[in-house]
Amino acid sequence: MGEAWNRFRMDKAALFGATIIVIVVTAALLAPWVTPHDPYEQFFDGLTMEGAPLPPSERFWLGTDLLGRDVFTRLVYGARTSLIIGVVANAVAVLIGTVLGTIAGYAGGWTGTVIMRFTDLMMAFPALLLAIALAAILKPSLWIVAMVIALVNWVQTSRVMYTQTRTLAELEFIEAARALGAAWPRILLVHILPHLMPHILVWGTLGISVTVLLEATLSFLGVGVQPPTPSWGGIIFESQSYFLTAPWLVVFPGVSILLLALSFNLVGDGLRDALDPTQRGRA
Amino acid sequence: MLRFLAGRLVQSALILLGITVITFGLTFLIPADPVRMIAGRSATPETVESIRHQLGLDQPVPVQYLRYLGNLVQGDLGRSYVQKAEVTELIASRLPATLQLLAAAIFFQLLLGLPAGIYSATRRNRTSDKVVMILSFIGVSAPQFVVGLLLLYVFAHKLNLFPLGGYGTLSHVVLPAVTLGVTVAGWYSRMSRSSMIEVLRQDYIRTARAKGLSEWRVVLVHGLRNAILPIIAMIGIDIGLYMQGIVVVEAVFGWPGIGQLAWQAIQRIDIPIIMAVTLVAATGIVIGNLLADIATSLVDPRVRHR
Repeated sequence: MGEAWNRFRMDKAALFGATIIVIVVTAALLAPWVTPHDPYEQFFDGLTMEGAPLPPSERFWLGTDLLGRDVFTRLVYGARTSLIIGVVANAVAVLIGTVLGTIAGYAGGWTGTVIMRFTDLMMAFPALLLAIALAAILKPSLWIVAMVIALVNWVQTSRVMYTQTRTLAELEFIEAARALGAAWPRILLVHILPHLMPHILVWGTLGISVTVLLEATLSFLGVGVQPPTPSWGGIIFESQSYFLTAPWLVVFPGVSILLLALSFNLVGDGLRDALDPTQRGRA
Repeated sequence: MLRFLAGRLVQSALILLGITVITFGLTFLIPADPVRMIAGRSATPETVESIRHQLGLDQPVPVQYLRYLGNLVQGDLGRSYVQKAEVTELIASRLPATLQLLAAAIFFQLLLGLPAGIYSATRRNRTSDKVVMILSFIGVSAPQFVVGLLLLYVFAHKLNLFPLGGYGTLSHVVLPAVTLGVTVAGWYSRMSRSSMIEVLRQDYIRTARAKGLSEWRVVLVHGLRNAILPIIAMIGIDIGLYMQGIVVVEAVFGWPGIGQLAWQAIQRIDIPIIMAVTLVAATGIVIGNLLADIATSLVDPRVRHR
């Protein structure tokens, strides 16, 4: 582990990603202290005389939106939405994927075939369409959006865990455990799961990036987190008809989404290299 | 080879069958009763019941599913009650626009992703490789709606080079195709880089180098010739990414394809259209994967025996 940490520390891209993540998490946690404004307050001086949003200024650092709210403040509070959904939805997805993948990989036979065929089926399913349809039908809220994303996003993890478990299950120490009379839940939890942890960590991190993008996309399409709750995709959704005259309403939340998704990708990629140096620079 | 082909065909058909079960299941998720939506608020209970009977919705669920499947086989995707039109006709009228967009997007994906991947593979683990790979991560991490809106702002609004949206001429297709292509090229360059690296480790590449051939000849002639088919085949796998992308990109650019059709249907909870577009998209993904598998097995017979 110490060796892996040393390798990770040398990876500048991964460190950049980690720094951004720390900054975003800190800002989200300390939101009321980071920004002087309230995310829901519609300022009297937040719009021009004609009622148009204001560009960045000393009073409103990143400008204001269509309702005269401070964009910087809404971005900081919106980070909470992105992170909560990113982490929760992805944790549930990784959990589903790991449970299904390891059981399929260890049990093999009929159980394995049925689970993996179902995974193949979900692979071929246009996930975003399913997510949009579910979110539209189920009247979106923060937690519904998180669950919808989890429901369409476990597939990749399941595939990886399946392949890894199958390789592990054939190794001698697993056979030894079985010969000693260990039951299968014990073998999976005690003997196989620890070896899967690096993969869970890597896919868990890369998955947050996918989740953050999916949440932003759902919110942009209007079926994600509902206004007035601030979310990065939602800010762009609310202001898209205005973006030609007020491009900052797209640029700042857009760059935020990109940076956060990129950071989780860089850290995930760095973790993969650090935990499994034989794979270095291959994928 | 024939056995492999037959096996993969059966597998694809089974996956599509499974997908029809899920799309059929969507019908039961909506809170609103479709019969009431058709009959209107003032309909008498008798009218409601007779419409229900006409639509076959009073029959048991398995019978309804078989009926749905039977209609599908005959190319009947159902009827949209909101738009009062046959779904098959709606899809048929929208599909050419989407296919045109996809073709153009794949062109940009190849144009950006392929050279980036090959270049990166030859400069493995050097600074230039790392820079290209970080750029590809930026492509992967960029939300398509943001890329689309920013391209519109710069190239359509500020520079006036392209129209602000719509459909028709070649200049209409450029920005939406670039939006889709750039984001998919991010994945594509990473994938083509790793297959190129695999090829460049082979013995015949060492032989070619030992013969004293120039490096670019080794890479482009001996390397690329062996890597190109699997790399091209990966486009088939990317169809999944495209099927997600068209919903967003067609919404941003007002592109009249099936993505926009689905998007409008979702806003009005027009289930038959959502089911149909999902099915068409899934069919596209399954066919893409199938073609990719076949292409890969042509080059590498080992794949057939896995």
